[in-house]
Amino acid sequence: MMLIPCPFCGPRSQVEFTYGGDATLRRPAGDADPSRWADYVYLRDNPCGPHDELWYHGAGCRSWFVLRRDTRTHDIIASAPVGEPLDGTRP
Amino acid sequence: MTASRSRQGSETQRWRLPAGGAIDRSQPLAFEFDGTRYSGYAGDTLASALLANGVHLVGRSFKYHRPRGIYSAGVEEPSALVQLATGARTQPNTRATMVELCDGMRATSQNCWPSLRFDVGAIANAMSAMLPAGFYYKTFMWPPTPRWWLRYEQLIRRAGGMGRAPTEPDPDHYQHQHAHCDVLVIGGGPAGLAAAQAAAAAGARVIVCHQSARFGASLVGSEAKIGARLAPDWSEGAVAELAAQRDVTLLARTTAFGYYDGNLVGAIERVAGSAADAALAVAHLPRERLWMIRAKAVVLASGAIERGIAYANNDLPGTLLADAARIYVKRHAVRLGARAVVFANNDRAYAGALALREGGTEVAAIVDARPASRLEGVLPARARDAGIVLLPASAIARAHGRLRVCRVDVVPLAGGAATSLDCDLVAVSGGHNPTVHLYSQARGTLRYDPVTASFLPDGSPLPIVTAGAVQGCFDLAQALRQGDAAGRDAAARAGLVARPAMVHVAPDGERAAVEPLWSVPARGKAGKAFVDLQDDVTVRDIELAAREGYHAIEHLKRYTTLGMGTDQGKTSNVIGLALMAKQLGVSIPEVGTTTFRPPYTPVTLGAFPGHAQGPRVEPTRYTAMHDWHEAQGARFVNAGLWKRPHSYPRAGESEDAAVLREARNVRSAVGIVDVSTLGKIELQGRDVAEFLNRIYVNRWDTLAVGRCRYGVMLREDGIVRDDGTTSRLDAERYLMTTTTANAAAVMQTLERLLQVDWPELDVHAASVTEQWAAAALAGPRARQVLERVADIDVSNQALRFLDTAACNLRGAGEAIPARLFRISYSGELAYEIHVPADRGRAMWDLLLDAGQPQGLMPYGTEAMNTLRIEKGHVVIGAEIDGRTTADDLGMGRLVSPAKWCIGKPLLDRPALTAPDRWQLVGLTALGGAPMPRGAKLVADPDAPLPNPILGHVTSWCFSPHLDAWIGLALLAGGGARHGASLWAVSPLATARVRVAVGPPCFIDPDGERLRG
Repeated sequence: MMLIPCPFCGPRSQVEFTYGGDATLRRPAGDADPSRWADYVYLRDNPCGPHDELWYHGAGCRSWFVLRRDTRTHDIIASAPVGEPLDGTRP
Repeated sequence: MTASRSRQGSETQRWRLPAGGAIDRSQPLAFEFDGTRYSGYAGDTLASALLANGVHLVGRSFKYHRPRGIYSAGVEEPSALVQLATGARTQPNTRATMVELCDGMRATSQNCWPSLRFDVGAIANAMSAMLPAGFYYKTFMWPPTPRWWLRYEQLIRRAGGMGRAPTEPDPDHYQHQHAHCDVLVIGGGPAGLAAAQAAAAAGARVIVCHQSARFGASLVGSEAKIGARLAPDWSEGAVAELAAQRDVTLLARTTAFGYYDGNLVGAIERVAGSAADAALAVAHLPRERLWMIRAKAVVLASGAIERGIAYANNDLPGTLLADAARIYVKRHAVRLGARAVVFANNDRAYAGALALREGGTEVAAIVDARPASRLEGVLPARARDAGIVLLPASAIARAHGRLRVCRVDVVPLAGGAATSLDCDLVAVSGGHNPTVHLYSQARGTLRYDPVTASFLPDGSPLPIVTAGAVQGCFDLAQALRQGDAAGRDAAARAGLVARPAMVHVAPDGERAAVEPLWSVPARGKAGKAFVDLQDDVTVRDIELAAREGYHAIEHLKRYTTLGMGTDQGKTSNVIGLALMAKQLGVSIPEVGTTTFRPPYTPVTLGAFPGHAQGPRVEPTRYTAMHDWHEAQGARFVNAGLWKRPHSYPRAGESEDAAVLREARNVRSAVGIVDVSTLGKIELQGRDVAEFLNRIYVNRWDTLAVGRCRYGVMLREDGIVRDDGTTSRLDAERYLMTTTTANAAAVMQTLERLLQVDWPELDVHAASVTEQWAAAALAGPRARQVLERVADIDVSNQALRFLDTAACNLRGAGEAIPARLFRISYSGELAYEIHVPADRGRAMWDLLLDAGQPQGLMPYGTEAMNTLRIEKGHVVIGAEIDGRTTADDLGMGRLVSPAKWCIGKPLLDRPALTAPDRWQLVGLTALGGAPMPRGAKLVADPDAPLPNPILGHVTSWCFSPHLDAWIGLALLAGGGARHGASLWAVSPLATARVRVAVGPPCFIDPDGERLRG
């Protein structure tokens, strides 16, 4: 069970969080080509190694934030509020 | 040699030594095994107490039903598995070596009938030539239909046996304990204690968990000196010193069973220990406690487990590991037999031989696989000085005996004639396997060490350090040094400044070197040589697997079942893979090891849920009016975590009748329903209208203050996610309602959109579900009730359909601030009334009182469901089923063409716009027949199978308004089928009903009632 560093609350047990998927996805423009929309809705990379992903601290501050995590080892590399750089420093 | 089988009076511990051991002779304990009464002492395990009574035969083996004894003194026990206790507390497959004896304990042997000594199932042993590895896979392949395999499986399961699980609920409880520390020390032997001392000296918060009841148990009876003190005294001193420190937690009887992400170690504490069940209940103690320990660094001082050597009949009772022999003599003061033969390939086993001799057992010989030139260590010298005969370069080729070993054949390894030695005990040691399970789980790699012929830790990326026997170190002085170093290292990894090394002066002792000997070649038809005692895997099984191509170690395991028992092959796996290496002509590391999966030892299932059982699995939510519902005799239904009134049957009234009465009363007079469970989210900010435009299919920038609007929310893929009304309370203040089921999920989605996708929007969202109690007042007389209590004008002109207004409700008591919403789910004139949750009951009482002259009655969710089906309203789970679009549900016209919203870009996909999509329709059962449950719609119920399914019934009820069974259904191309007649069939209920298809709304399609 991972110990997840919430950028607002500090390290907390994984049971307090919900996984939110790839943090690098961006919603296409409303009038974008339907195939781009289909990619956005259905297609996900499955990287082996560091992955920037969204997590939700539902049993804590209810914040969504970005976590960089190694998918092979579950090592947590960094976390940051949405929109702030993941500079590798833990809060 | 076996004990007398007297059923009267208790056995007298004839095999107990007169002095010594860590047992309390002032506390005798009575216990029963297979109906015979025995006695033991406090400090005994069930195994040591049985041995003290001369009982060596304790069970029958899994496959061949061979007699088996006590093989070890610890967690690794493969054969002394007993059924403990009776009734609800019975525990199958309990290792007698791990059970602390308590007064009145009752245990029985497993897998034998009619008795342990005479077991009919032992015919399997005689037939064993027909039961090789893979026997089941090869034999039960015919006839090739699964039905036959299922039959065979039943027979196989009955013959192959373990204990029986209890059939009654567990009367005990189990606790969870979360803990954090700087340094977790796993193992409370000399290395672990030295590590704990070093870490504590550095100021670390330390937790030490130790598997057995007594820390430093391995030193009991040792004559070695640590500094000026005897080793056992040093250990007691170290434990006392650690226990006195505030930041040190000592957990005895606690097995660390798994290493998980984030340096989380799971450990199970047997709180009950030796306490009797009654004592447990009185003290309200849990039977076990599950520890979840987050450590900054871990010291693994988990020791090593001895392994045997395979030779013919190496499973006879009276055969045990040399370490176990030493432990039973030293710790439990048991005389194990009259005459023993020790079979070894290493120095450490000599300590067992010396202990046996000290414990009153004549040692006939030490049969050592090593040549004489290698028997020069301290311990062999001591054995020689004690006059024990050493037989170098020899091996036991075969043991003889029926229910106990009586003789062994010793052969020179270079070849030559066998000599027979009479004995009633064989102590065997094939070397030691370091307990690297948790190290491996901590992503540690292992290397094969040829000196100790074992796998040793070789590095982990995680903060875990090892010390002592787990490192292959069996020398006390070195173990203490390693422990000290590991403790300091761990403290440093936890960010603390370690003190200088402590000096533990202790004599150099055992050499770890081992002469690898895995099995002794059979001579002629010698009998079975077991590798895995629990699963009855023999040397020949391994050879067969090799011949048949099951070379990969994971295949070998599954083909032969090697290491698949409850002991997970602790004493056998390395032997098995070494034999496979020999067969394949490769080195042992090339064969590799199987995965060390958690748990390291079996964990009681009840410990994992802990207290989260039955009603405590998840919280229960009650509305502010719950007590009233309960007092009225309401039947409740679970809606998510909520308890909602299903109906309010009166005395002598059935639930069905109550539902009809309640629904009818809403249509004809007025009813009230508790809708507090609806999700309520307050939205504030300048951009709420824009936000709503983006998340709902319809338009929100046109909603005026004081107005409500129904909205439909889609998923990104265009499927309907949720529905509900949102009301504009003020210029920048809105209240959104969601379905009860989706309240939390919708809130989470809104938060994600606002925080991640559109942080530029000035919108704040807060869940206020619990802040407001809510009731819906519905029926043609609803206004007459409301106008008696509301202090504002609620006429049709002042409070129009879809208007909202704040007011006070006035009765005899204090005024209740309320918010009115003129919205309707039932299709009747209706008001939703929200009040602060703590005034919910007062509001409810006030309305009921005010409504009495109008015939106001409460109604439950079932009547509400009837009313909404009549009106054709959809509900989450039934019609909004994760597959339907707004258009499917007849709400396509809500989707505004003037703006973008979530899910809209994918709505135009061909599959979502196909004319034969399943669309919402209404059904009326013809001929007064009831609508079958979960029915499918077909054109011809007698068509040959597979009969094309045109749709399915999503909701159904008896409509008191129409006096007919009606339903809602999703039907292929349903919009174009109004007027058709189909069949609703339920093959499970073997029911079929002719139904008329029509529009989904059965009442007041123009909405005159709700606008009136």
